Amino acid sequence: MAIDTKKCVGCSDCVVACQTENDVPIGHCRDWVVEVMDGTYPQLEIELRSERCNHCKNSPCVRCCPTGASHYSDGGIVLVTKNECIGCSACITSCPYDARYVHPDGYVDKCTFCLHRVKKGMQPACVAVCPTKCMYFGDLDDPGSEVSEVLKKRKYKTLIPEAGTKPQLYFLI
Amino acid sequence: MREEIIVSGRNNPLIDPQLHVWHWEIPTYLFLGGLAAGVMFFAALYYLRGRENDYRTAVKLAPMIAPIALALGLIALFLDLHHKLYFWRLYTTIRLESPMSWGAWTLMIVTPVSIIWSALHIKELFPNWDWKFDFAKELIGFFEKNKKVLAWIMLISSAILGIYTGILFSAFNARPLWNTSIMGPLFLASGLSAGSAVVIWMSKNHAERKRFAQLDLMIIGIELFLIIHMFMGFLASTQVQIDAVNLFLGGPYTASFWGFVVILGMIVPAILEGLELKGYKIPVAIPVVLVLFGSVMLRFIISNAGQASRWLY
Ligand code: SF4
Ligand code: SF4
Repeated sequence: MAIDTKKCVGCSDCVVACQTENDVPIGHCRDWVVEVMDGTYPQLEIELRSERCNHCKNSPCVRCCPTGASHYSDGGIVLVTKNECIGCSACITSCPYDARYVHPDGYVDKCTFCLHRVKKGMQPACVAVCPTKCMYFGDLDDPGSEVSEVLKKRKYKTLIPEAGTKPQLYFLI
Repeated sequence: MREEIIVSGRNNPLIDPQLHVWHWEIPTYLFLGGLAAGVMFFAALYYLRGRENDYRTAVKLAPMIAPIALALGLIALFLDLHHKLYFWRLYTTIRLESPMSWGAWTLMIVTPVSIIWSALHIKELFPNWDWKFDFAKELIGFFEKNKKVLAWIMLISSAILGIYTGILFSAFNARPLWNTSIMGPLFLASGLSAGSAVVIWMSKNHAERKRFAQLDLMIIGIELFLIIHMFMGFLASTQVQIDAVNLFLGGPYTASFWGFVVILGMIVPAILEGLELKGYKIPVAIPVVLVLFGSVMLRFIISNAGQASRWLY
């Protein structure tokens, strides 16, 4: 997924859309918006980022899970199987992005890239709802996909690549 | 100036350093596991060296607290799980990359070994103990015959358990303070120190107490050495690790770490044990309680401080 920090206005529609689509319990969220302010007044610069699980290619959460509940699914999406998760929270401590939380029902939950929607040919809820169309979702292995195209054209960064997790969320800058 | 805020509201427990996902359960479990590892290690070591009659407490009596400590530790671990009904899942998978999985399987070996070892020596505690059933007697006889093998298994598995209590932390690169391989040896040393303290406490034999006081002094020396190395390593590392270790060098955990863990938990008991070895009369309970206290605090502070340390982005 690629997210355009220049287009994002920080409206948090993606957060609400996700909470509705995925029945995220009140007080928790699978995605959130960060506002980073740089500089001293009046030279200020703001970056807005809609963040979520980075679906890392070398994810510590999958590595440290003792039961195999956290796993890579089709296309590299990192998922948690509810009925295998014992709620030990090892994955929460292992994630440098703090992308996971303990669901009140006991298992650990996080962004799934709305795999249930993607399988039906739809976009993830956050992408579909964004009023500025700042998110691009698709297959990074397919050079013709919209994400691949936009990543070819634009400059981008990933978050703390030095943590070594090979994050797969690309922020256009 | 750089300021970062979360504008959409987020209540994931880790975003606030005060809100941890691992509370008292994990450090308690690690302390009890380390303590059990300590007593079992010395029992196996001195049995294999043929000193079971010289060091009767260490070989025969002290290990009896291991099954109790392990049971309590497992209860603490169980309480930490949020999805308790699925506990058994731990034992349907072996995941070599996961420290939690290692721990679960190590306990699967260590716990029965500690129970068998205690059963073999139960007569030391209750001279009139009678294994009422024949099969129990046969079983005990079988283990009695293979006690050497059992001791070897105990030696190795308890060392793994002791190291594991630290590896559980060091395996997490997301928490920079934990992400050092010194954690393994440091926690093993802390467990051994707690184990030898318990032996000193339980023993009535002067020679044995002296031996374990010497051992404990040596282990405390090693711990201090490891702690200094940990700090050196962190301070020479990247900014995230420098920030992490600053939690102990002026940050919120400075007083508790240096005061409780290093001074009260290591240096003071070391001085007291040293004085005792020199012939001064010192109530044995004082250094012992301090060592145990230091060992508990080490785990609590490292667990909490580690969860407060994070990557910057
Ligand atoms: S962002 Fe966190 S939860 Fe998502 S894959 Fe990476 S390590 Fe795992
Ligand atoms: S909380 Fe669940 S998904 Fe996370 S590491 Fe433990 S078992 Fe795996």
